[in-house]
Amino acid sequence: MGIYEVLFWFLTVMAISCALGVILSRNPVNSVLFLIATFFAVSGHYILLNAQFLAIVNIIVYAGAIMVLFLFVIMLMNLNADTEPQKNRLVQLAGVISGGALFLVVLAAFRTTTVSVLEQSATDIGLIKNLGKTLFTQFVLPFEISSVLFLSAMIGAIVIGKKE
Amino acid sequence: MPIQYYLFLSMALFCIGIMGTLMRRNAIIILMCIEMMLNAVNLLLVAFSKMYNDPSAQIFVFFIMVVAAAEVAVGLAIIVMMYRKVHSVDINILNRLKH
Repeated sequence: MGIYEVLFWFLTVMAISCALGVILSRNPVNSVLFLIATFFAVSGHYILLNAQFLAIVNIIVYAGAIMVLFLFVIMLMNLNADTEPQKNRLVQLAGVISGGALFLVVLAAFRTTTVSVLEQSATDIGLIKNLGKTLFTQFVLPFEISSVLFLSAMIGAIVIGKKE
Repeated sequence: MPIQYYLFLSMALFCIGIMGTLMRRNAIIILMCIEMMLNAVNLLLVAFSKMYNDPSAQIFVFFIMVVAAAEVAVGLAIIVMMYRKVHSVDINILNRLKH
């Protein structure tokens, strides 16, 4: 078992256990911190998959910007474990069963498929140079449209969040 | 590393996100679980991008991140507005959109 496998299993266990921590911890601040740890584990997976640019963007955008926004809102509302609303046991059990059933279906469907093994060769498609070339030649129209989306989301957030 | 491992990992993250969405009543936690599901899809797209040696999937992940950032901004604004009106983030209070 090489360093690649060790890192893969470490990051996998970290991602799944932190994801379970997100939905099981009663304090919303702890949930946010667990989710940040999950995003770091996913970024580690991106680096193992030779997607260096996306790993850095994932850390900057998700762990840096989005989760700080969540943390800020939670602290603004002063939420903690005492004010946390809880569903009753039956609804929680139904949620776990339906999520687990979906996982079992996919597990059974893909268990016997034969697909290629990802070789650990170093490819450079994940570097910012190649991704930038693809983005600004092949996908330049969606890129420009997403700027309009961002503008409308920004205006919408300000209009909705404004005090009357 | 077989591609199935990445498939099962991202499916496990996705199902944990679904469980969290169905189990919790805090609107912010539900939004966070949706982010986790988006991230699971991103991971699978990157794995397939490596498998086919194609950068288009990574561009797609980039756009998913853009949409997620816009979605979180609007969603958190809605939650803050709701908190200002009813002083709670419990989604059971929101089951009637009319107050």
